[in-house]
Amino acid sequence: MMKLKTFLLTLVALLAVFFHAPEAMAAESNGEGEGKFNPKEIIFDHLGDGYGWEVPFNHHHRIPLPVILLAADGSFHCFSSSHITHHEPYVDGDYTWILPTEGDNKGKVVQLMSDGTQLKPKFDFSITKNVCAIWIAVLVVLLICLKVANWHKKHGMKAPRKFTGAVEALMEFIYKGVIKPTLGADARRWAPYLLTVFMFIFVMNLLGLIVIFPGGANLTGNIAVTLVLSLMTFFCTNLFARKHYWKEIFWPDVPMFLKCPLPIMQIIELFGALTKPASLTVRLFANMMGGHMIVIVLTLIIFIMADFGMAAAGLATGVSIFFTIFMLLLDVLVSFIQAFVFTMLSTTFIAMAQERGHEEHLEHSKQ
Amino acid sequence: MELFTPDFGLIFWMFVAFAVLFLLLWKFAWPAIMKGIDSRAELIDQGVLYAREAKEQLDNAKEQAATFEAEARARQAEILREADRMKTQIIEEARTEAAREAKKEIEAARQSIEQARKEAQQSFRDEVSVAALDIAQKLVRDQLSNPSAQAKLVDKILDQIETTN
Repeated sequence: MMKLKTFLLTLVALLAVFFHAPEAMAAESNGEGEGKFNPKEIIFDHLGDGYGWEVPFNHHHRIPLPVILLAADGSFHCFSSSHITHHEPYVDGDYTWILPTEGDNKGKVVQLMSDGTQLKPKFDFSITKNVCAIWIAVLVVLLICLKVANWHKKHGMKAPRKFTGAVEALMEFIYKGVIKPTLGADARRWAPYLLTVFMFIFVMNLLGLIVIFPGGANLTGNIAVTLVLSLMTFFCTNLFARKHYWKEIFWPDVPMFLKCPLPIMQIIELFGALTKPASLTVRLFANMMGGHMIVIVLTLIIFIMADFGMAAAGLATGVSIFFTIFMLLLDVLVSFIQAFVFTMLSTTFIAMAQERGHEEHLEHSKQ
Repeated sequence: MELFTPDFGLIFWMFVAFAVLFLLLWKFAWPAIMKGIDSRAELIDQGVLYAREAKEQLDNAKEQAATFEAEARARQAEILREADRMKTQIIEEARTEAAREAKKEIEAARQSIEQARKEAQQSFRDEVSVAALDIAQKLVRDQLSNPSAQAKLVDKILDQIETTN
């Protein structure tokens, strides 16, 4: 009964937010002088990174985060993002920083020179919203994994219960269901990496679905994040590959004219090796970003329909809320599936590189 | 579209965060968790194997018990039969033995009776003959002193012989 009450209250609160939002949005756009409601900008604003973290019900204040810059002249600068999030120049000694609202450097802190030109910093190490969210995800993963580990250190092989048990079941599902059958004897060697990848992606996906502070960052829907993850798998695959893997690339068992004098097979194989991380990157990125985008678009339908009068807006609200909740629930499923798929493909790629050829098998069995 | 062009700062921090997370979990979490999961799986496997073996053994034991029982029953029946046979045999033997013994006893008794009878006959005969001789002696001595008596005796004996003949 209590649960139902809480649920209804949450629903009412959410409805309040939705009905309040157009005014806030209108106020914001009026303030910026654009006047017109721009869905595309809102979508990419929500999906993208940013200095400072939005707080609910308020478009003016943001949670300040540190901006760390290596300026073009090689000096380090560090200041709070609250100075720049309103797109006003921030004077820090001899340097003036600004967050441009348009142009090539839109959304990136640049140095404003005295003649009005913008100079990009050499590196931007700012703890942006996404970076902060990554560290929150790291913390969450660390907490839950260490909880399970502590249980096992304390209780040995006994099966944990409740939350710890659920997390452990998830780990066991990946470990016993994916890693062990695919990698066989090498499972113990690679499981730490693969399990870390799975837990990290899964937690990042789920945190992305929470709409307010500790979550809400579109992490796995950001290509930089997925790129790093797939590059990790790429390095794991290639740096620890056995002889057989390289032989398959550079001297596969095909008719001679396919590999010499024209290295057709070699080119195809190398291309294949390089497309693997690319496919990993894009799959996770596109799926998660797509999910987030659909949710935002469904929400925006209300404001788009608002132009056609109250009745249309009312109808659109009902439909939108229904489909938004449906999509968010679906995204919970997708969060798991994508984390699972990434881990499974990483495992397969690594297993392919760990395969022993026929001769290696003989050598190995002799030892 | 910054969404599609990876941002260097984010890549850097993502790499650092992932490395930190991986190293910490690698050192402190995964070994314990994997060991726990593996050893539990092994224990369960062993448990299943043990249970299967135990069931097999139990089945075997049941079968064995049944065969043992049947065997014991057969043995029992055989022993009973044997005992019965032995009993009749012993009785039979005892009976024949007793009969033989009795026969022997009877024979011995018969013989001794015969012996005794013969001896008695003999001694009686001896005694009779001795008595007859005595009588004859006395008679002869008496009679022979008187010649008429002698003649009388001779007559008498001759009469006797004549009548017997």
